[in-house]
Amino acid sequence: MVQPLHYFKESASQTAGPYVHIGCTPNFVGINGVFAQDLGSGALYSEGANGERITIRGTVYDGAGNALKDALIEIWQADAEGFYNSPSETRGTADQNFSGWGRSPGNMDTGEFVFETIKPGKVPFKDGRWMAPHITFWIVARGINIGLHTRMYFPEEEEANATDPVLARVEHKPRLPTLIAKKEDGNTYRFDIRLQSEGETVFFDI
Amino acid sequence: MTNKPPETGPFFARDHSIHPPAYAPGYKTSILRSPQRALISLEGTKSEITGPVFGHSLLNPLDNDLILNYARPGELPIGPRILVHGRVLDERGKGVDGALVEFWQANAGGRYLHKKESYLAPVDPNFGGVGRTITDADGYYWFKTIQPGAYPWPNGVNDWRPAHIHFSVFGHGFSQRLITQMYFEGDPMIWQCPIVKTIPDKAAIERLVAALDMTSAIPMDMRAYKFDIVLRGRRSTLFENRTEGN
Repeated sequence: MVQPLHYFKESASQTAGPYVHIGCTPNFVGINGVFAQDLGSGALYSEGANGERITIRGTVYDGAGNALKDALIEIWQADAEGFYNSPSETRGTADQNFSGWGRSPGNMDTGEFVFETIKPGKVPFKDGRWMAPHITFWIVARGINIGLHTRMYFPEEEEANATDPVLARVEHKPRLPTLIAKKEDGNTYRFDIRLQSEGETVFFDI
Repeated sequence: MTNKPPETGPFFARDHSIHPPAYAPGYKTSILRSPQRALISLEGTKSEITGPVFGHSLLNPLDNDLILNYARPGELPIGPRILVHGRVLDERGKGVDGALVEFWQANAGGRYLHKKESYLAPVDPNFGGVGRTITDADGYYWFKTIQPGAYPWPNGVNDWRPAHIHFSVFGHGFSQRLITQMYFEGDPMIWQCPIVKTIPDKAAIERLVAALDMTSAIPMDMRAYKFDIVLRGRRSTLFENRTEGN
């Protein structure tokens, strides 16, 4: 025998279930009067924020091609200069008019989620190389036992995407387009997420 | 929040042997909602080791009192009154301060207040089933609520969820983001449940079962359950690499 290591074990994940909105976006499901507003709703920026305003729309699909109408999506991203609004951000101070975090329950009839945000700047990888502008997504829902992490990259950033150290980790290059949003009208991007089979989105263990 | 400098190291790799796999066919909905390809492993970058922080100013006084936060004036919800409390820790045993903890649950009869819910047990007009709080400097949290009831769900013909409270927790980094469920000591339904059984490790299931805590019960008012939540630990970055405080 040797000495025990005495690390604790992480609490096991469980599905968020079909009623995740009660806890995370109660006003959205008609439970009014408990919280003034749903956390993470509305634009990630407030007046005076730097950067290019963008809209992200998307839908999460299951392995049969059906839209999930009960998913909860969260995003986390840097500001226009590439700084995170977090105490762990040590390189500089993030834009105080930009939260960096948002949450969308999706449309209950179509499942489409929408985020009003700004286009993030580049963030350095641990070895100093630059990661291309990206937004971290986290998806939970009924039937998803542990939250799924992925990243959205931008289609017009071809050069930066080509040298992105995280995209480079994806061995099967035909899967890379699943991480790159499609540009729609104006400043709107579409980022659909496919949980399973044909066109399955790349998910990360981060 | 405390005055300690923020930690910036990457998180310990997640031990997937204690988490449910994506594909767990006993829980039918997971069949079409589970990725089939392997996850791409990625040691945390700035994008993962940072995360949103929510100040205590977010909270209203009744946010962690589900007995009162939806009740009509002069009325109270029906059911067993309980205090749920514990600490949010990381794998090193350190309390996680400033952690936003959100929780939601059914009422005493097992009925959720949700438009897509159609179980015949009635809604309690004085119970909303939602609350939130932020841990203190030691990682401690508490809330008051009504003990939820078991409820049936369309999985197997006769599947019932054990009494449970859903928890959503933010740590200090987005890698620590966790949603889980708390169960109650002694509930025989725990070991029948297909969602509980998605967890492959019995000890990991037991860590989601809150103990009855009579020490913290409030006499003639409410009993207590203690539920600690463990988030991922993190390495020190090199310049913080000293024995004390690690």
